[in-house]
Amino acid sequence: METEARRQTRPVLWLQRNLPKIVLSPTIAITIVFVYGFIVWTTLLSFTRSKTIPNFDWVGFSQYARVWAHPRWEVAMHNLWIFGLLYIGLCMAIGLILAILLDQRIRQEGSLRAIYLYPMALSFIVTGTAWKWMLNPGLGIEKLMRGWGFADFKFDWIINEDMAIYCVVIAGVWQASGFVMAMFLAGLRGIDDDIVKAASIDGASLPRIYLRIILPMLRPIFLSAVVILAHLAIKSYDLVLALTGGGPGYATELPSTFMYVHTFLRNELAMGSASAVMMLLTVAAIMVPYLYSEMRSSRRPAH
Amino acid sequence: MAEATWETPKMARGRGNRWSRVVIYGLLAFFALVYLLPLVVMLLTSLKPLPEIYAGNMIALPQEWTIEPWRKAWEEVCVGLACHGIKGYFWNSIKMAFFGVTISTAVGALNGYVLTKWRFRGDSLLFGLILFGCFIPFQIVLIPMATILGKLGLASSTTGLVLVHVTYGIAFTTLFFRNYYAVFPDELVKAAMMDGARFWAIFFRILLPSSGPIIAVSMIWQFTNIWNDFLFGASFSTGESAPMTVALNNVVNTSTAEREYNVHMAAAIIAALPTLMVYVFGGRYFVRGLMAGSVKG
Repeated sequence: METEARRQTRPVLWLQRNLPKIVLSPTIAITIVFVYGFIVWTTLLSFTRSKTIPNFDWVGFSQYARVWAHPRWEVAMHNLWIFGLLYIGLCMAIGLILAILLDQRIRQEGSLRAIYLYPMALSFIVTGTAWKWMLNPGLGIEKLMRGWGFADFKFDWIINEDMAIYCVVIAGVWQASGFVMAMFLAGLRGIDDDIVKAASIDGASLPRIYLRIILPMLRPIFLSAVVILAHLAIKSYDLVLALTGGGPGYATELPSTFMYVHTFLRNELAMGSASAVMMLLTVAAIMVPYLYSEMRSSRRPAH
Repeated sequence: MAEATWETPKMARGRGNRWSRVVIYGLLAFFALVYLLPLVVMLLTSLKPLPEIYAGNMIALPQEWTIEPWRKAWEEVCVGLACHGIKGYFWNSIKMAFFGVTISTAVGALNGYVLTKWRFRGDSLLFGLILFGCFIPFQIVLIPMATILGKLGLASSTTGLVLVHVTYGIAFTTLFFRNYYAVFPDELVKAAMMDGARFWAIFFRILLPSSGPIIAVSMIWQFTNIWNDFLFGASFSTGESAPMTVALNNVVNTSTAEREYNVHMAAAIIAALPTLMVYVFGGRYFVRGLMAGSVKG
């Protein structure tokens, strides 16, 4: 009797004791397969000869060599630098300026904040569609300015191979700068008033207070914002596609569009994989040290 | 900084003289105009007949107001070769977002609960493993995912896209709920345990009733991301099964004889409306999600 009862309750007890782990396990399984497993899978593919269908003929690093020798990849890397630097720089500058201005006891602050931040709620495809229309020389801003009497006004960047990437910058900054503003504003609101008061009693001017006292205190936010924007820049795909389609020609190619074109349109699975691996490595090079330092600094006060 | 604290202006900054006030308000107003311009231009263009678009400028008010482009975008415009408007794709996205948001939020809530209130050896490591999924560029999973979806018979289906969005959304929802439940008092959980409450009872009776704000944050974040996704939609769907963003891109970039810009703009606004509504009505939670999802990476 006793042993039978024990036999019955043992699985139930086991289930109860391990219920939390059981609840968590689907997520762990999904993560291991769909994140880590897929990363390994793609990495393996990048060392093979795969074209249309995955195969496992080992070719070492030669797909990477092909990617780096590819003229479109060269353009993509060049564009990533231009886009990344300008996108991050301009978003930071505009976001910081807007945050400081909004922090001066502004009437209607709530409405202004809402206006600066709403582009962040839009899809990149919508943003791309809107800006494509505004940047269209025959119908958009150029036509508007000419209609206002500036007969020689020229703004045809979107169809100009050398300038098209700057159109992507404009649309990207329009979309993300409000978000940086939100981060900085939250940071400014977190600064203790007394510090500022003390400085102004000491006779420091307002610009000086900002430069010497407030901005240095916002350093963690600078770091976070740069990391997030860099991460967004590397992943950017939808915006370029909707705005320029990677063109004119392949003038606005980015690593993300290179990956998509080679994988899905040109039947170069292995080359696509190699470019994806390089995107992952770039993101990891930025995110891993950042996350590591974040975790360490957030753990320190707790223990 | 765990929470966006920008709601409380309290500082003694911003006295200055009248001229500096004029400059500040002038700059703020100028930026507001720049940010609003694309939306205004889209709206105006969508309400004009085509000849007026070619004749006038982009910020001129319509001389002849029309909602015909909106009707056409909804019911008639060609997406690829199929010409019955964007309405089918809109519903695809609604379905996809509904299930994707619900499932990923529910799973995230349970994960957050386990990771904070039922801690075990190695749980931080597991959380770190999950969290990494927030940051991968999705290009790295596209090829295996396409293969697996094909094998499961889910290629080009809304179910397949829901699966993908749940898979890659869980990392974020787990992060949200974990951070929220981490500061939920353990004493309440322990007291409930003393009273004999077990795993599910504690979750449903103690934690869930006070999870309203974080559920809002998680759902808004997931809805915005899933609705706005293009990469997965473009990679794993074809034709009629495509989500709204993919359909919009097809409408706009289909080269037909005459480009109906007013219809394109109407379609773009329709595609933007759901997330804009969420932003207008749940803006506070939207911002909190942005902050939690990024700052506290």
